[in-house]
Amino acid sequence: MKTWIAFSSILMKDMRSYYLKPPNISWGLIFPIAWTLMFFLRSPVAVEVRDLLPGVMALSILFGTTSMLAVTITFERKSRSFERLLLAPISFNLLMLAKTSGAIMFGVVNAFVPVIFASFLTDLSGINWLMILGSVLLVAITSTFLGLFIAVSVSQVFEAQTFSNFFRFPMLFLCGLFIPLADLPSFLRPVSYALPLTYGADILKTAINQNGIISIPLSFIALLCFSVFLFAYSIYNVNRKWIL
Amino acid sequence: MKIIEVENLKKNFNEFTAVDGVNFYINQGEIFGFLGPNGAGKTTTINMLTGMAKITEGKVKLMGEDYTGNAKKAQAMMGIVPDESNLYEELSGWENLVFCGALYGMKKKLSEERAAQLLKEFGLEEAASKSFKAYSKGMKRKLAIAAGIIHQPEILFLDEPTTGIDVAFARQIRNLIVDLHSKGTTIFLTTHYIEEAERLCERLAFIVQGKIVREGTVEEMMKEIQGENIVNFTLGKDFTLRDDFTKIEEEFRSHFPDFNLKMGTKNSGLRIHSPSNFTLFPFVQFFEERGLPVFEAKIIRPSLEEVFVKVTGIELQKMQSEQNQKGKKGQKGGGSRS
Ligand SMILES: Nc1ncnc2c1ncn2[C@@H]1O[C@H](COP(=O)(O)OP(=O)(O)O)[C@@H](O)[C@H]1O
Ligand SMILES: [Mg+2]
Repeated sequence: MKTWIAFSSILMKDMRSYYLKPPNISWGLIFPIAWTLMFFLRSPVAVEVRDLLPGVMALSILFGTTSMLAVTITFERKSRSFERLLLAPISFNLLMLAKTSGAIMFGVVNAFVPVIFASFLTDLSGINWLMILGSVLLVAITSTFLGLFIAVSVSQVFEAQTFSNFFRFPMLFLCGLFIPLADLPSFLRPVSYALPLTYGADILKTAINQNGIISIPLSFIALLCFSVFLFAYSIYNVNRKWIL
Repeated sequence: MKIIEVENLKKNFNEFTAVDGVNFYINQGEIFGFLGPNGAGKTTTINMLTGMAKITEGKVKLMGEDYTGNAKKAQAMMGIVPDESNLYEELSGWENLVFCGALYGMKKKLSEERAAQLLKEFGLEEAASKSFKAYSKGMKRKLAIAAGIIHQPEILFLDEPTTGIDVAFARQIRNLIVDLHSKGTTIFLTTHYIEEAERLCERLAFIVQGKIVREGTVEEMMKEIQGENIVNFTLGKDFTLRDDFTKIEEEFRSHFPDFNLKMGTKNSGLRIHSPSNFTLFPFVQFFEERGLPVFEAKIIRPSLEEVFVKVTGIELQKMQSEQNQKGKKGQKGGGSRS
């Protein structure tokens, strides 16, 4: 009960301080809308809107979560308020889950902005919504934990920004959304398979257009493994680097 | 009952030993103080006790139970006020307090009641809804103390509670500490102000370069200088320069082998220590002959200060000028950040 009070108040505080702040809400909305417009205006044919949907969804999540979490945590570390959390009687695991839950929810919500948009432009029947929800959630989790991974690796806010982009932009091109995996030079393909977004995007493709190329269970397992690894490694680093 | 017991506690940062095998305990309901200069290892000790730093060697116990390497177990019973504020700038005073209560698992209603009560007691009612970043330094420190006790901890850690705070607020904070103490809160306080330690603490330890050099109640400490006679001479010369002092001290020793000459707390002062009563004339003559006019000679009522200087060999003047430099640097840093 006590841990739950602590957990939920950390989450609620972050919601109010960061995720529900007007600039971030608008960023969360404008960004997917901009992506959507950019792609959809170029492809007026209704079928193609569906082709683009998985990519826009995945990017909305990635851009809504990773740097957001990395920056907020680095900021709280700089202002020392994070210390207060480390001194609170809740385990680091729970603390970090509380800190990441807000970003995960933010990512999930962002993912559905382009879906709403697309629903006005095209027919969305025959989509496996359960699979979508599962993959959106897992992509949000891995992207957020990637942000956590970045937060425990840097000490300045600007480093968090830079480091986030260092991961995000290669992922954009290598995850198979805009350039099919088969068309990538063969030396880059292993890199693609080492990126969590590749698996998330592939599930979305299957769920929306039945044209993914990786087996669904394998993708889910891969995403879970990425999540567990990124989280465990981050907690290990918190213990090692933040408790001197 | 002993709330905290520390055995042979040690902290290494790579090759450097910041805390070097300290032993102490804190009784329930008392104010125990760590008095020492900048860099002595006070903050590092608090960090090890509260779980912000790993323990290199030694043991820490809370109410008889060993929690070495497992600070999470003990943190619920601790209130911690660090040397620099760590509250949320964007939240109001009220929100900060309620949030801190929640971190310790307090139900909303309870933490709101406590927050209201504390804001009132601490004279922060009017600032309750202002955001923390608009608080003055002194108000910030007061709110940080309130946040440290919102969950009614068994022990409160106060790391240099009045450092960098203007005089009026520092007095308020000392009064608050006395108040908390009278209500039964156990307090571990660190400071580099001797007077503050003497005024507030029942027991204290002198810590220098990571080692406790003396520990005991204030009365026990004072025994050290019982029967000692000290006269402070105000002279027309500044003795901040070590060389000037060494020169005169050598001459002094050859003239008065049974007496000790020390630097005073003010720049232009020198002190003469002697185990027996003495007349002033020969000393006045000694100084005058060396071109040092004596403006004043005053008997010093023994205070903890004399004990500290005697035990640690650290002149106060040096300790405090270092602290002031540190304070100025801190202010500059703070200014550029905001
Ligand atoms: N993280 C750290 N890494 C290396 N040295 C440190 C670290 N923290 C403190 N120290 C050193 O340990 C000594 C004690 O520091 P500290 O406990 O902050 O002193 P105090 O609080 O008594 O002023 C100082 O010499 C300081 O430079
Ligand atoms: Mg300190």
